[in-house]
Amino acid sequence: MELIKPDIGLLIWMLFSFGIVVYVLTKFAWKPILGAIKNRERSIQKSLEAAKNAKEEMAKIEFGNERITQLAKMEKETLLKEAKELKNKIIEEAKEAAKLEAKKIVEEARKSVQHEKNLVVNEIKNQIATLSIDIAEKIIKQNLADESKQKRLIDDLVKDIDLN
Amino acid sequence: MQKILLYISFVSFLFISAQGTAIASIGEPESKEKHEEQEEKEGFNPGVFIFEHIQDGYGWHVFTFKGHHYSVPLPVILYSKNQGLVVFWSSKLGHGHSYKNFKIAHDGSHKNKIIQINSRGEFLERPFDISITKNVVAIWFSSILLIWIFVSVAKTYSRREGLAPKGLQSLLEPLVLFIRDDIAKNSIGEHSYEKYTPFLLTIFFFILLNNLLGLVPILPGGANVTGNITVTMALALATFITTNVTGNKNYWKHLFNPPGVPWWLKLPVPLIPFIELIGVIIKPFVLMIRLFANISAGHIIVLGFFSLIFIFGNMDPKLGYAVSPVSIAFTIFMTMLELLVAFIQAYVFTILSAIYFGMASEPDH
Repeated sequence: MELIKPDIGLLIWMLFSFGIVVYVLTKFAWKPILGAIKNRERSIQKSLEAAKNAKEEMAKIEFGNERITQLAKMEKETLLKEAKELKNKIIEEAKEAAKLEAKKIVEEARKSVQHEKNLVVNEIKNQIATLSIDIAEKIIKQNLADESKQKRLIDDLVKDIDLN
Repeated sequence: MQKILLYISFVSFLFISAQGTAIASIGEPESKEKHEEQEEKEGFNPGVFIFEHIQDGYGWHVFTFKGHHYSVPLPVILYSKNQGLVVFWSSKLGHGHSYKNFKIAHDGSHKNKIIQINSRGEFLERPFDISITKNVVAIWFSSILLIWIFVSVAKTYSRREGLAPKGLQSLLEPLVLFIRDDIAKNSIGEHSYEKYTPFLLTIFFFILLNNLLGLVPILPGGANVTGNITVTMALALATFITTNVTGNKNYWKHLFNPPGVPWWLKLPVPLIPFIELIGVIIKPFVLMIRLFANISAGHIIVLGFFSLIFIFGNMDPKLGYAVSPVSIAFTIFMTMLELLVAFIQAYVFTILSAIYFGMASEPDH
């Protein structure tokens, strides 16, 4: 029976001691410990959030980079295309110009050939005239060897001359 | 590991066997000594042996060597009507001696307690007794240990701010978090768990430490603190007071005028409020009995196994030696079990307290 009979003296000491333990531990142990744990949890939470944000930011930046790369690629392609076109155009134009120049040169050549030809023809004409005159002179000289004929010719010529 | 176990069992065997022969004669009056000796010769009384061990005492018996009892004397503080305040060492009352008309009763309703006697040696009264008994010293020791452990851990927290826990801190932090998250937060709820957490932490570690110290057979341990009904009563009283002092309007309303109950159960005979009120008393009462019974039972079984050695030893010393390995094996097994029980009972007491606090602080919805 004495085992289950509470003892007032022990009860008083126990309540007194336990009260002090609760008070001291609450003030000097539980509050700092729980506070520190809470602070740490908060900082862990914050760090996790920061990490998450950083990750998102990184993803954004990566996406931006990709877009920029893509844009640059597109730009490059258009530039290349334009350059190609320009090149073709320039070649085309050069060809055109060359053609024109060639034509001009050919024309000029033709003209000069024509001119030369004319000159040659004139020369030949002159030569022929001179030759003809020479021939005619020789023929005439022969014809005038005969006296009567000379006389007649002179007469004819005298007749033709108008003396006024 | 095995070596350590062997050593522990050997030491505990020596210790408890020494105590066993010693306690049998402590606190017996001189006139009875002869009879006592006869009884000792006749046989060993396991009942007395066990109950002497799990009960509180005025002195702290350490060991017996060659028939001498070596015990630490503790202060006896008494207040009686005709003698006023009397303070003396418990060693003055050893072997049934009386001192200043006080002696330890060996039978009657105040067995093993100090009583005041008149000049003829007759019972006069039981004085108001606030002696520093074995259990009081054990409570103080464990309290100082508890405060020292946790204040130093708290200092570690402030010293190592922002760093990972280390040493004792990392050993105790999971337990603290377990109490805070799995007991307080789960049973009380987000709204007011923070108010009760310090109390729950204190009660858990107080019970746990005293349970564990109760398993240690040598001096600072060995007192049966949490297996003492007065101690568990004080702990249950603390829970009871905390529950009812912090109980909100909703709690009292559910007590005296529970909603959803037909009116004829409340008027004219307040049947439900009466049952609820009984419940308020029974809850801490059950806490008190459960802890006391579990811890005491464990100690009784362990001591029972040890008693077997002496029961058989009294028949024939050889038989005693033969039984002792079995006894020790069983005792080790029981001690392991008690280690588990130490945690479980601390946990159960704490979680039930938390549930009662949760009822007391539940907001109206």
